[in-house]
Amino acid sequence: MNMTWIALIIGLIMLIMAFAAIYAKKLAVAIIAAGVVSLLASILYLTLAAPDVAMTEAAIGSGLSTIIFFYAINKIRKQSHD
Amino acid sequence: MIKKLIYILVLVGAGIIMAQLFAGFSGSTELSETARYYVESGPEETGAANLVTAVIVTYRGLDTLGEVTILFTVAAIIAFFMKTREQRDKPKRRVSEILTTGARILVPGTMLFGAYIFINGHLSPGGGFQGGAIIASGFALMLLAFPQANLSHKTIRWVESISGFSFVIIGVLGIFMAGGFLDNSILPLGNFGSLFSAGAIPIIYIFIGLKVGAELSNVVGHMHEKQKEI
Repeated sequence: MNMTWIALIIGLIMLIMAFAAIYAKKLAVAIIAAGVVSLLASILYLTLAAPDVAMTEAAIGSGLSTIIFFYAINKIRKQSHD
Repeated sequence: MIKKLIYILVLVGAGIIMAQLFAGFSGSTELSETARYYVESGPEETGAANLVTAVIVTYRGLDTLGEVTILFTVAAIIAFFMKTREQRDKPKRRVSEILTTGARILVPGTMLFGAYIFINGHLSPGGGFQGGAIIASGFALMLLAFPQANLSHKTIRWVESISGFSFVIIGVLGIFMAGGFLDNSILPLGNFGSLFSAGAIPIIYIFIGLKVGAELSNVVGHMHEKQKEI
């Protein structure tokens, strides 16, 4: 029962963060929100007894892809200024 | 107006279908036939304490080879499109002191943790892909903290090629010395649960870890170099 509540709360925060990622005015905020969704998903995987999937999600979903998105918007911003 | 109505109808329809699927779902209490085979004879046949690894590297080894190949193709395509022209020498703005100091402490630990994960892939959760991803995120942190640095493409290329080649060679050795492609019993299975056990699984996972780490670091490195273009 306890686990269900944790999963519900995490799922709710994930939903809010996902909507924030869609509707945020600033792209940087949207990227951070998407990263938070991945991070919470990895916690959820951990509670569902899948530690290896959680590791992948944390490293790739919230680590690498966030950085790659930031590189991309940096590049786009630079090109639109020129 | 009609457009919105259609959206709402589609959403409600999807919701009803999902609700019915969810209502009819009851988690299976018994393992399927394949899963039972893996659970019952996996530890004996492969000697790996982590059953997931036994499935990924031995029973489904060919799939893993395919995944690594896909990743290689992705890295190669990104490298092709991210060819850099001239580069600035000086970074545009100073990196914050907190980031550099933090990276100095965290990067070696991250690398070590990644290596630990893929070396212990047959004993504890995780394995080549996870370890490689963690190593690549360590490199990403390093590049963020020290933007004037570049990853050596030559080293990455060599590490990647040699590990991919060795992975296939070990797989082919399995055909000649054991039951089939990527069979892990070309080496002695050893004591169940010790570091040197499970035959060729740790060696294969070390190569997968190096290969995945090199490929993902290559992607990040190319992105990073593209930033410094004038």
